[in-house]
Amino acid sequence: MPREKIDLPHEVEYISILDPGGELEEKLEPEIPDDLLLKLHRMMLLGRRFDKRMLNLQRQGRIGTFAPIQGQEASQLAAVAALEDSDWMVQSFRETAAALWRGGSMENMLLVYGGFFQGNEIPEGVHNLPVAIPVATQLLHAVGLAYGIKYREEDRVAMVFFGDGATSEGDFHEALNFAAVWQVPTIFVCQNNQYAISVPRTNQTNSETLAQKALAYGMPGVQVDGNDVLAVYTAAQEAVERARAGDGPTMIECVTYRLSMHTTADDPSKYRDEEEVEKWEARDPIPRFQTYLKEKGLLSDDDIEALEEEIQEEIQNAVDRAEERMEALGGEAVIMFDHMYAERPPYLEEQRQAFIEEEEATNG
Amino acid sequence: MAKMTMVEALNTAFHQEMERDDRVVVLGEDVAVDGGVFRVTEGLLEKYGEMRVIDTPLAEAGIVGTSIGMAIYGLRPVAEIQFSGFSYLAFEQLEAHAARMRWRSRSAYTVPMVLRTPYSGGVRALEHHSESREAYYAHTPGLKMVIPSSPRNARALLLSAIRDPDPVIFYEPKVIYRAFREEVPEDEETLPLGKAQVVREGEDLTMISYGAMMRPTVEAAETLKEEDGVEAEVIDIMTISPLDHETFAESVRKTGRVVIVHEAPRSFGPGAEIVARLVEKSFWYLEAPIQRVTGFDVVIPLFAYEKAYLPDADRVLRAARETLSV
Repeated sequence: MPREKIDLPHEVEYISILDPGGELEEKLEPEIPDDLLLKLHRMMLLGRRFDKRMLNLQRQGRIGTFAPIQGQEASQLAAVAALEDSDWMVQSFRETAAALWRGGSMENMLLVYGGFFQGNEIPEGVHNLPVAIPVATQLLHAVGLAYGIKYREEDRVAMVFFGDGATSEGDFHEALNFAAVWQVPTIFVCQNNQYAISVPRTNQTNSETLAQKALAYGMPGVQVDGNDVLAVYTAAQEAVERARAGDGPTMIECVTYRLSMHTTADDPSKYRDEEEVEKWEARDPIPRFQTYLKEKGLLSDDDIEALEEEIQEEIQNAVDRAEERMEALGGEAVIMFDHMYAERPPYLEEQRQAFIEEEEATNG
Repeated sequence: MAKMTMVEALNTAFHQEMERDDRVVVLGEDVAVDGGVFRVTEGLLEKYGEMRVIDTPLAEAGIVGTSIGMAIYGLRPVAEIQFSGFSYLAFEQLEAHAARMRWRSRSAYTVPMVLRTPYSGGVRALEHHSESREAYYAHTPGLKMVIPSSPRNARALLLSAIRDPDPVIFYEPKVIYRAFREEVPEDEETLPLGKAQVVREGEDLTMISYGAMMRPTVEAAETLKEEDGVEAEVIDIMTISPLDHETFAESVRKTGRVVIVHEAPRSFGPGAEIVARLVEKSFWYLEAPIQRVTGFDVVIPLFAYEKAYLPDADRVLRAARETLSV
């Protein structure tokens, strides 16, 4: 046959289990223990409320620029919910809720966004890389980590987050290619929130889906309703199982929407209309999950009210502690000379000493 | 003791270190089956297997980015970029992550990796195969930048670079790869990073260089002795960053006269930093203007004219006589 269709080993599936109204596709319902479901709900709420609080703090000038996650709680939390503590998470800059799930603290995040790098200290036993800002560069780190896992024959995986814009970067393609060639346990989670700052997904790529890009590299790609906790969890769990079994990487495209701005320095009204935002507000991941939990008898309106209060208090405590620490750390600029190398080179030590002397002279 | 070329000495370093430390993995284009296009990694695949000696896809950012992940995980990746002229695709990974991960994570995560790459002109190569861009890396806080000049110090410095807890860019002067042999002791030998070496003692003039330019520099020093009766002190910087100024600042306090030699373009090159440090540390001892013998601020010509671009012993000699005449 001179011309025939080439059969590829993978096809792109779309998964949706819990629709925007909270209607359940019963035969696809994943088995998730009740306590995990409730933890997911709690963390989604915490992520949403913390985001809002940070926005207020930023508007009051109490912290600097950050990237809000509003609307993307399900796509990140249900993905990390499939991980064990010993697994690795590699983040970009819009994974606040996932980082909290993985042992990060609100207090430390506030420190970082308040301009204090002390907030990047990694607690013992936490396997999260710090926020990576240059788009798509972090994907390769997850592949390298996964190579280490494979080399040491350890039962772990590395999950990496990125956005729709990242799929245009060279590092994205190199990372997927290396991971597939090496067959390492990496899970690529794309939070397709429809915009790279102002550029819509349609101007980013002519591909029908982002998930299909995985196929070009010989790995499975799956597209899910990113605002559906159950769908994201299902895809993540399958990918994690595949990776643990030694069957290599997977890419998951979570179709979601950034309800808020790119960062606090951005005004989205310049590039998208309110109608579109309203359409996505109706697809909000939180209310539909609450409907599901209520129908399962796991959650009541009273529970939600109590939880909201508890979360507000938790956030307030974190803000208080962070602001106290920022106040106390204000005069510690000399630590900029720390952690550049294992051992400070002599010329850098000279600069540090000169800095200290100058500070002392200035402050009397 | 065996007489080795630089390629053989580097290869010996790999065999010794991979035998000693199973965290060491080698990755790059053509490094495994082919043993590297210059054969520096020859025989490693056969001995250490394909999990430790990896022929990667052809993607420089991928090589360096995945090395960063491996290093964070606890391995000691030694990445090869086939020619330094192709390393710029990986520059963002070095600048944005390798150099900063320790800082960013407050030392929770570190990147003990080495990026090896051949640099230098003089081998009649195609475009992009001859330049010297050590200043890019030396200017990046968090990286170390090392350039050996002979088989023996290449082996010792590579061992130190692999064992270093921080990312090291290791530029190999390819014009020296097989240019001469030198005794390399069988027992392992390391040299501290960040420390220059006085390779020839003298009282009249200080000559500072590194890498491939050490040969014309030493040659000029010998001629000065024979023809002018001048004893030049010659210093091999070896680590471009962090730069050891103590060794040359001290030498200049003795000699008062300085010639700096490198093949990288002159403006903002390593020589500029060396001059600045001399001005800071030994200004009152200077007896004549400092001379820089360097590449010009042009793209290095294709090989028909590259000799005209590259400093040679005659140019070094003229500069030395100029500074001695004041």
